[in-house]
Amino acid sequence: MKKYTLNFFFLALALALIAAAHGNWLDKYTINVLIAMGLNIIFAVSLNLVNGYMGEFACGHAGFMCVGAYTASIISLMCFSAKFTAAPLLPAWLSPVAFPVIMAISGLTAALAGFLVALPSFKIRDDYLAIITIAANFIIISLIENLDVIGGPRGISGMSRTVKAMTATLDIPWMVIWVILGAYFSIMVIYRLVNSTYGKGIPAVRQNEVAAEIMSVDTNKMKTVAFMIAAGLAGLAGSLFAHTYGTVNASSFGLLRSTEGLVMVYLGGMGSLSGSIMAAVAFTLLVEALRLGLPALNVFLHQGHLLPASFDLSQIWNWVIIPLILILLMRYRPEGLMGHRELTHIFPSLRRLITLK
Amino acid sequence: MPTPLLEINSLTQQFGGLTALTDFNITLEERQIAGLIGPNGAGKTTVFNLVSGFYTPTRGAIVFDGQATLGLKPHQVTALGLARTFQNIRLWNDMSVLDNIRLAGHHRLDYSFWSLILRTKKYMATEKKLEIKARGILEVMELADYADELPKNLPYGLQRRVELARALAAGPKLLLLDEPAAGLNSADVEGLIRLILWIYDEFKISIWMIEHQMKVVMSLCQHLMVIDFGRTIARGTPKEIQNNPAVIAAYLGDANI
Amino acid sequence: MDDTNAIIQYGLNALQLGSFYALIALGYTLVYGVLRLINFAHGDVFMVGAYIAFFVSSFLLSPEGLACGQTTAFVLTLVLTTILTSGVGVTLERVAYRPLRRQGAHRLYVVITALMCGILLENANLALLGASSRTLPDLIHKEVINWGGVTITNLKILIFMAAILVFVLLQTIVMKSRFGMAMRAISWDPFAIPLMGIPVDKIIVFTFVMGSGVAGLGGLLYGMAYVKLENTMGMMMGWKAFIAAVVGGIGDIRGAFLGGLLLGAVEALVPAFLPSSYKDLISFSILIAILCLRPTGIFGVPLTTKI
Repeated sequence: MKKYTLNFFFLALALALIAAAHGNWLDKYTINVLIAMGLNIIFAVSLNLVNGYMGEFACGHAGFMCVGAYTASIISLMCFSAKFTAAPLLPAWLSPVAFPVIMAISGLTAALAGFLVALPSFKIRDDYLAIITIAANFIIISLIENLDVIGGPRGISGMSRTVKAMTATLDIPWMVIWVILGAYFSIMVIYRLVNSTYGKGIPAVRQNEVAAEIMSVDTNKMKTVAFMIAAGLAGLAGSLFAHTYGTVNASSFGLLRSTEGLVMVYLGGMGSLSGSIMAAVAFTLLVEALRLGLPALNVFLHQGHLLPASFDLSQIWNWVIIPLILILLMRYRPEGLMGHRELTHIFPSLRRLITLK
Repeated sequence: MPTPLLEINSLTQQFGGLTALTDFNITLEERQIAGLIGPNGAGKTTVFNLVSGFYTPTRGAIVFDGQATLGLKPHQVTALGLARTFQNIRLWNDMSVLDNIRLAGHHRLDYSFWSLILRTKKYMATEKKLEIKARGILEVMELADYADELPKNLPYGLQRRVELARALAAGPKLLLLDEPAAGLNSADVEGLIRLILWIYDEFKISIWMIEHQMKVVMSLCQHLMVIDFGRTIARGTPKEIQNNPAVIAAYLGDANI
Repeated sequence: MDDTNAIIQYGLNALQLGSFYALIALGYTLVYGVLRLINFAHGDVFMVGAYIAFFVSSFLLSPEGLACGQTTAFVLTLVLTTILTSGVGVTLERVAYRPLRRQGAHRLYVVITALMCGILLENANLALLGASSRTLPDLIHKEVINWGGVTITNLKILIFMAAILVFVLLQTIVMKSRFGMAMRAISWDPFAIPLMGIPVDKIIVFTFVMGSGVAGLGGLLYGMAYVKLENTMGMMMGWKAFIAAVVGGIGDIRGAFLGGLLLGAVEALVPAFLPSSYKDLISFSILIAILCLRPTGIFGVPLTTKI
C-alpha cells in the first residue's frame, strides 16, 4: 500500500479541490488561480515534449492554444447557443457529455496545426525553426483577427453559456473538474510516451539525430508525433481556457504567452516532467504575487517618497521581470532547475511512495 | 549463384563541384569480412554514408539483399538489415545503456500509438520482449554491469563496445564498422579483433569495415578495397594489397610527381 | 494620368517603408554575418533609437533645453542618436551575449536571450515612460517637391538617400576594408581567428556599433516620417526587417538592402488587393515560404552538414 501513498495524496488533493470549489469554501479568485495553474501545467508539459525532450526550439506554442481555444469556442457556441446557428444544435442537458468531445476536437484541430509546423522541422532546425514557429504564431493570430465571422480582432465570447448548461444539468464545479482531468491526461500522455521505447525516439533526436536516423528511428515521424502531441495538448488547454473565462481574443495568445511557456519549461528543466509541473505551479504563483505585490510595492514606495509622484509602478513590470528570469536562466542554468532529471532521481525515496504507470 | 548481399554499381557522389567518390563498385557476398581502406579524405566514410542512406548519390545503384536502396531513408535501410557504427562515437548520451540498445529495435515496434497511451497487453508484451532481448545482447557483449549507466560516463573503449552492441541489436545482416579501432591502445586493439571475429561467428553476419590500422585489417579481412581521392585504386586479398605499388604510392605519396 | 500618379505615389511610399526595413535589416545581417546570431533585440534597439532621438531633439529644441536652431538640432540629434543607440547595442552585447559566448553556450540559449532582451526593452520602455505615445518635434522644414505632377517630400528623399548611403558605406567596409575582412573571417572560423592575432571582441563590438548606430539613424528618420512613437513599434518593424534580411539572404549586406526594398514593395501592394490588415499575414507567410524553400535567400550560400 505504501507505494501508492503519493498517488492517494494527489487523488485526495484533487477531490478536496473539487469539494472546496463546490462548497464555495474557496473564493472565486483562488479558484481562478488554481485553474490558471492547471492550464499552465498542461501548457508547460506539452511544450517540454518539443523543447525539452526533443531539443528543438519552438517559440510559438501559444498559437496552438489559440487554435484550440477558437475551435472549442466555435463548436461550443454552435452546440449550445444561437450565435452561429438559428438555434442551439444540441439540448442543454447533453453538455456534460458534449464537452469532452469538444475538448478532444479542439485538441485534434490544434494537433493538425502542429502537423503543419512539424513539416519544416524535417529540414530546418535551431534558430531557423524557432523563427518558423514564431512566424506561425503570428500567422495564426493574424489569420483569426482577419476573420470577421469569428469576431475578428474583437474576439469571441459567450462560452459561459455551455458551462451554465453543464451546471444546470448537474450542479458541480465543472471547469475545475475538467481542468484537473485535462492536466492529469496531459501528464499521463507525456509520461507514458517518453517512457516507452517508441517515445524514446524523441529524446534520441535531441541527443544525436544522425545516430537516431541511421539506427532505425524514423526521425521525421518522431518530430511529427512530438509536435502534434504538444500542439494537441496546448489546444486542449486552449479549449479549457475559453470555457473558464468565457471569452477569448486572439491577441492574448501572442508571443508573450509563448514566452511564458518557455520560462516554465526552462525554469523547470528541459526534459523533466516533474520540473515542468513544479515550474508551472511556481510561475503561476509568481505572476499572482507580482499582480498583488506590485501595487503594494507602489504604495510603499510612494509613501516613502522613493518614487516621483507622477510615476506609478504598473503591472507592466511583470513583463520586465519575466523575460529577465529567462535571461538569467540562460546565463546561469540553461538546462533548468532539474535538467533532464525527475524528482524521483533527486529523491530516490520518493519512488517507494508513488507508483507511476 | 546466390544473390550477393550488397552490390554497388558505379556509385558517384558530388558535393557542389567536388567529386567525393567516382564510379565505386563492389560486390559483397554473405558471410565475409571485407575492408575499405585509403588515406585520409579518400571518401571512405562517404561510401558508408551512401550505403546507409544518409546521402543520396549523384549517380549509381546500391542493391542490398536483393532490394534497391536508393531513395530509402536511413532508418528504412536499417530495417532491411544494415547497421553501422560511427567513426566518432554517436551514442544517445542522456539515456541508459540499456535504452540505447533497446532503441535500436525502433523499426520493429508493432504497437500503435494509442495502445502505447492506453498501455494495452500487446504494448506491455512488446516492451517486455524488447527489454529481455536488449539485456541478452548486453549479456553476450559483457556489458550487463553497465545497463543503467549513461554512456557518457563510460570509458572510451566501453562506449565503442556499446555502439557495437547497439548496431547488433538492430538485427543486421551486414554490419558496417567505421574505424572501430580508432583511439584504442594496442591491447584494446587485440581485444577488438577477437570481439569482431567472435561477433562474426556468433551472429552469423557479414562485416564491412573502414580501418586505418593495418593490423586489424590484415588479421580480419578476407577482401580489401583501396580508394584514394574517391577512386578505386586496388582490390584483392590483404596479401595482394600489401604489395600493390599503386597502394604504396597512395599512402606514401607518389615520388614520380 | 491619375492612375499613373497614384502608382508612383504607391511606389514612393513603398520606397520609404522599404528604406526603413533595409536600415534595420542591415543591422540584423551585420551581426548575423559575424556571429551567426539572430539578434532578435535589434528591432527594439531601433525603437530605443527612436526614443533617444525624441529625448535628444526635444532637449535640443526646447527653450528650457538648449534652444538650438532647427538645422543645428537636426545635425546634433543625428550624431547623438547614432552614438547613443550604438551604446545600447554594445551594452546588450557586453551584458547579455558576450558572457554566453564566453561560456560556449548553445546558440539557442543566445537566441532566447536575444528574444527576451527585446521583450524586456519593449516593456521596460512602457513601464518607465507610460503608455502615452510620443511625438518627435519637427527637425527639418518639410518641403513638397513637384516633378511634373509627381509630388515627393524632401524627407522621403532624405530617407531613401540615407538608406543608400548606409548601404554603400557598410558594403565598402565589409567587402573592402581590413576590418571587414576580419569580420568575414570570424564568421568562417570563430576558433582559428583569435589564433591569427585578430581581436575578435573588438571586431564584434564594432559590428554592434555599426548595426545599432544604423538602427538609431533609422529610428530618428522613422520618427521624422511617421511622427508617432510607441513602445511596440520595434517588435513589428524588427520582425519585418528580419524577414527582409532573410529574403535577401541573411548575412549578406546587398541582400538586406534589396530584401528591405522588396518587402516594402510587397507591403505597399497588399492594400491594392486585400484589406491592409493582411499585411502581417502576407509578410510572415513569405518568411515561412522562403525558409522552407530557399532558406539562404537571394544571395546566401547554402551550408552543408557533415558527419
